[in-house]
Amino acid sequence: MTLIADYIGRSARDNVLSAIAKAQDNEQYHALLSLTKERALERADAVDRGDITGKLAGVPFVVKDNFLAFGAPTTAASKMLEHFNAPLQSTAVEKLEAEGAICIGKANLDAFAHGGSTENSAYGPTKNAFDQTRVAGGSSGGSAVVTALDIVPFALGSDTGGSIRLPASFNGVVGVKPTYGTVSRYGVVAMASSTDVIGVFTTNVADAEQVMDIIAGTDPKDMTTLANFFIPKRTIESGKKIGLVKEFMTDDVDPEVRRRTLEYAQRLRDNGHIVEEVTLPIAAHTLAMYYIIVPAEVSSNLARYDGIRYGYRADGVMTLAELYGRTRDEGFVTENKRRIMIGSYVLSSGYFDAYYLQAQKARTLLITEFNTLFKDYDVLLGPVAPMPAFKLGENTSDPIKMYLADIMTVPASLAGLPAMSIPAGANSAGLPIGVQLIGQKRSDADLLALARSLEEM
Amino acid sequence: MTQISRADVQHLAQLSSLQLTDNEIDNLQIDIGNILGYVEQLSQLDTTGIEPTYQVTDLQNVWREDVVDDYGIGREALLALAPASDNNQIKVPKVL
Repeated sequence: MTLIADYIGRSARDNVLSAIAKAQDNEQYHALLSLTKERALERADAVDRGDITGKLAGVPFVVKDNFLAFGAPTTAASKMLEHFNAPLQSTAVEKLEAEGAICIGKANLDAFAHGGSTENSAYGPTKNAFDQTRVAGGSSGGSAVVTALDIVPFALGSDTGGSIRLPASFNGVVGVKPTYGTVSRYGVVAMASSTDVIGVFTTNVADAEQVMDIIAGTDPKDMTTLANFFIPKRTIESGKKIGLVKEFMTDDVDPEVRRRTLEYAQRLRDNGHIVEEVTLPIAAHTLAMYYIIVPAEVSSNLARYDGIRYGYRADGVMTLAELYGRTRDEGFVTENKRRIMIGSYVLSSGYFDAYYLQAQKARTLLITEFNTLFKDYDVLLGPVAPMPAFKLGENTSDPIKMYLADIMTVPASLAGLPAMSIPAGANSAGLPIGVQLIGQKRSDADLLALARSLEEM
Repeated sequence: MTQISRADVQHLAQLSSLQLTDNEIDNLQIDIGNILGYVEQLSQLDTTGIEPTYQVTDLQNVWREDVVDDYGIGREALLALAPASDNNQIKVPKVL
């Protein structure tokens, strides 16, 4: 695997051309929706002339196609935004460009980031980097696969309920979902505003630390950003107390996934840390909370797509209701519609208290349980997903089955906690398995340093 | 499992400004019923006296100066995004 450092000091033009050539050689994975070749080469030449400098000068990267960026449309993998050419760039992309990094393309995702497999893309699914008959995971499937295929050394994604961690685990790369508010979301297509975060895919932990260090920080254009707290740590002290979450290790979880997780726990012990089983009883209910709260926020955030000011507009309409109704029916995929309608249901006056309010109260119970555990433990450990990558089409006809892949990633999202997927080997068929480290708010640098200390073993 | 009627689905579609096809209504009736059936488990949780959590930043009011900022994006760039425009304005179809 190529590291970020391997790209530094080389011809930026060569870096960009070889990344694009590799992307084109791997078209069968359908990881990218567009290449930004022209703009990338202009920037590469500016780096090679010395006009653009920085910590990532000449390093190519890819962004999930829900990040507004110049050089190609920002589609969010939807027909709604098929021809949307962003008039501005997301803060995360701007910060990377300010350090000389070069975006070479836009990665596939579930349309509007709704999904766990990238099969909800309006442009067809991304295939798993290790087995083309299997899913990439989602929703940031394209970003995970371009990293796993070594097309670029890092890619940006967004994570609302597992959309970075799940595809990272399915493709054997590092996937970081930071503390809620760490990275500005300005210029990223909104899904569920109370849990959406921006994070990164890399092949190794040190590269993730370097990218996080650049993109983290407060942004006046995103009022939910926290004052910058992210400072990478050189070392991690031994004797960390780590809780292995019992509810994430039930018989419903694939035995090989459990085995790899227990092996990781043993490696933590071998490194001088303490691992004990802990219990998070409300974990069993978090998926239900998530699939109330998130659709509610989705229905609100996606109300903006009305066919008037930008995006797709249906032809031949006779009434205003038809203009809205047909634009939205034709511009959204089925999963978008499911979530919007569930959101409309749980927010409607007769059901608000029983569903939405109850879920937000249950969310308080979840946060309380996490806080109790963090009085005694520094880090929580478990698998990322109950299974390795599943077959393409296996879960598409049953939304609940698809949602169950998120069962261990949604708790950290609802509580705003940092969580990451760390490669932990493979199953007997060679499919990658990831473990998840969850920390207290603002402990992102500790989690990464801990993961790096094991990687260096 | 929660039963949801075809009329319920049509009402939700209307609330959501979605003009669904008949086939979509059939499928969504099943899916939405199943999803609501799944999330209903939350009614088992005792939340008496628990305050809801709407956001997790711990931030309170974040103020900014009350000044206009176009973020460097002019009228022309925004009009170029519209499905149709005419004479510096967004153009919409004539509807009754």
